[in-house]
Amino acid sequence: MSGYVVNTPSEQKEMLQTMGMESLDDLYVSVPEEARLKELHIPEGKSEFEVSRDMQSKADKNMVYKHIFRGAGAYNHYIHAIVKSITSKEEFLTAYTPYQAEISQGVLQSIFEYQTQMCELTGLDVSNASVYDGAVAAAEAIFMVQERKRSDVLIADTINPQIRTVIETYCESRNVNLITVKSNQLSMNLDDLKEKLNDTVAGVLVQSPNFYGIIEDVPAISALAHEHKAKVIMHTNPIALAVLKNARECNADICVAEGQPLGLPLGYGGPYLGIMTATKDMMRKLPGRIVGETTDHNGNRAYVLTLQAREQHIRREKASSNICSNEALCAMTASVYCAAVGPKGLKQVACNSASNAHYLASELKKIEGFELVSDKEFFNEFLMTCPVNPNTLIKKLSLRGILGGLPVGDNILWCCTEMNTKQEMDQLVNTIKEVL
Amino acid sequence: MKLLFERSKTDRAMNLIPPCEVECVSFDDSLLRKEPLRLPEISETDLSRHYKELAKQTHGVNDGFYPLGSCTMKYNPKIDEEIASLSGFTGIHPLQPEESVQGALEVLYETKQLLDEITGMDDMTFQPAAGAHGEYTGLLLIRKYHQSRNDTERVNIIVPDSAHGTNPASAVMAGFKVINVPSNPQGGVDLDELRKAVGPDTAGLMLTNPNTLGLFDPNILEITKIIHEAGGLCYYDGANLNAIMGRVRPGDMGFDCVHLNLHKTFGTPHGGGGPGSGPVGCKAFLKDFLPSPIVMKKEDGTYFFKTPEKTMGQVRSFYGNFLVVVKALTYIKSLGREGIIEASSNAVLNANYLMNRLKEYYDLPYDEICMHEFVLSLEKLKHETGVSAMDIAKGSLDYGIHPPTMYFPLIVHEALMFEPTETESRETLDEAAEIFIKLRKMADEDPEYLHQAPHNCMIGRPDEVTAARKPVLRYSFENE
Repeated sequence: MSGYVVNTPSEQKEMLQTMGMESLDDLYVSVPEEARLKELHIPEGKSEFEVSRDMQSKADKNMVYKHIFRGAGAYNHYIHAIVKSITSKEEFLTAYTPYQAEISQGVLQSIFEYQTQMCELTGLDVSNASVYDGAVAAAEAIFMVQERKRSDVLIADTINPQIRTVIETYCESRNVNLITVKSNQLSMNLDDLKEKLNDTVAGVLVQSPNFYGIIEDVPAISALAHEHKAKVIMHTNPIALAVLKNARECNADICVAEGQPLGLPLGYGGPYLGIMTATKDMMRKLPGRIVGETTDHNGNRAYVLTLQAREQHIRREKASSNICSNEALCAMTASVYCAAVGPKGLKQVACNSASNAHYLASELKKIEGFELVSDKEFFNEFLMTCPVNPNTLIKKLSLRGILGGLPVGDNILWCCTEMNTKQEMDQLVNTIKEVL
Repeated sequence: MKLLFERSKTDRAMNLIPPCEVECVSFDDSLLRKEPLRLPEISETDLSRHYKELAKQTHGVNDGFYPLGSCTMKYNPKIDEEIASLSGFTGIHPLQPEESVQGALEVLYETKQLLDEITGMDDMTFQPAAGAHGEYTGLLLIRKYHQSRNDTERVNIIVPDSAHGTNPASAVMAGFKVINVPSNPQGGVDLDELRKAVGPDTAGLMLTNPNTLGLFDPNILEITKIIHEAGGLCYYDGANLNAIMGRVRPGDMGFDCVHLNLHKTFGTPHGGGGPGSGPVGCKAFLKDFLPSPIVMKKEDGTYFFKTPEKTMGQVRSFYGNFLVVVKALTYIKSLGREGIIEASSNAVLNANYLMNRLKEYYDLPYDEICMHEFVLSLEKLKHETGVSAMDIAKGSLDYGIHPPTMYFPLIVHEALMFEPTETESRETLDEAAEIFIKLRKMADEDPEYLHQAPHNCMIGRPDEVTAARKPVLRYSFENE
């Protein structure tokens, strides 16, 4: 028997006796007899040694690829040792939401710093303290732009299909009418956008770089949307913002992103981080926690959770969102990551990732049957044709310890980051030539 | 203390990434960022010290007693962290082929089996990333169920007035109207009012049992029966499961679906606000509506993902907060059958012990055996001395205790809600009791001192009014 109960059976008995009780069962008198569980059918507890061995064997059954050329929403970036060292500190790890500001200044300040960094990256005025992931951030952003007389939301068909599914699930119960804008050469078709824009459109959601890695013309999309007073939600990759136009330069009103590339491990999909920033006029529509700066009664700088009148614990059914727990430690991770790499380092990560992707694309193009599906500019992912069944090729690569790109129909979506060395990319190309 | 940005010096960066080995890409100028990127430039020494300072100003479970009601701040075992850090879990891509992640699928499958047994449910999704996210998912299950039967008049979700704030907020997000029902004098659901509230428009009920007063509703079987007879479904808010796991199951109380907070009941840390994990379990008749994908096991022992037939879609990308599930599985395996019961029983024992130590000194509005938490009312104290629940809570900060939850549930005035959890010793409870008794005496002798508390923390009480009226939500650079 294991467990982390402190009091010994004899201490438990003494405590019960102080209350005139004999056994732990006496504590459950209010539970109706017929509802009580007779026996819990799960295995007996194990020693830490046994549990550790058991869990290690599960971990060992997973294939950890040394060479990863797959992204599509989860990116393999280098995580500096200092990031894990800081975020595994017990104080940060085990604290609750910082309701009690006087003993939570550390967590609160770190979120304030995170908010500032996200504003700097995206160029927008305000950031919340995180939501669950990038897909949920996109869904929540749609609710921010929804208005009584504007129930239509235009959504690019070049968005990551998983994000699309999450948005559809969220919108089904919220009277949002989702309208798909067609694409041309894997980027938004601006003529189709023009046609679909009118005064019932609340917002336009576009991902850039989009699912296929293509950099969308967000400034042009914003200009068209704003003619109809529709808001623009830009979903992006935070790494890309170090070199590409940020949300402000694109004239977007809300910026959302999957924060995983900022120091979070692939971790089979989570925990990840939903980044949300917005222009100042949308501040009170942001969901979730927000930290603000103030002073204590002695005039010392202090941080608190603020604008709580939006939130569920105050507003209940009238809250802007139901979010309570968020991804605070992931936000801190992103913040430590950004501080560790600094502005030049982040640009280097972005530049290396994009340059590697362009190198790989040019090398793959030399093989017959591998062609870029679109000639538009891409960041660190690109969709390419494949002369054989993509799944067959990917399986063959897997046997050589390479996680190839993601099969998308008859094509493959390739991805590079700064982790892919030139040698590794050349190896990939040679391997493909061999196994084709 | 300085902000990261105030420690920044140009070019004081760390050397982390090698230069590009291939030709550097040159994007068209129209695509490029022109705005400066003002992230901090900082040495590793300064970065390390910065966060060390911040850690010192953060109270975690390991810094002292943390009886924050409704949050189950139990000790977070170290082994769980170590296991979740194994590269076999952290280094796998969520879109890897199923055959290359059998260990990960096994984690999801085994955890599902264990939690289904603990809750009395038949299937489960791990996609929800937090408790409120789970509530939302559970309500979408209910919505889908009624839709599948063309029973579209069912638009009301019944929520007791003692419920967590997330309950009504989640119901509205899922497209329902909220009907509040009052509590009876014993703190449970008022059955007559419940009977009046149900009808052909009832989609379901959201309930936590034990409720937010820390009381197990003895009428629970009658409550779920009333809802079912009206054609509604019953949703169990698992925030308070720590009191009853291994003793009684939501499925046996008549609930049709349930969310769990792995970051409360199953020992995973809260991270200063997250990440949590809010898996949703349901009875067999709802499983076809679960979010996609669901992990399954073949006869040959291999695992695979399946899209449920009438799936609601997805509430998050991929499979939820997977690494949190790894920690929870490690925890459940460590505790096992007896450990689970031992944990819940001792959570309840510790709460009752502390409640009995304090009830002579503070008003206990519902004086009966509590579950894992209890609620004191300081209404009379405030009337007599001017000392409020907030003052006592802030006073406890000076003694290294994280205060109980304040002003919740809303049906108790000047409420303080204590949840000691099972991982605290009798000595800790005795010490805490002495401190709260001392604070009670102080309320008579020196109320002003308590109004000004805390006195020994990094900061005094912050000015929250100005924070909300004139929001400063980011650092401003001097040259702006």
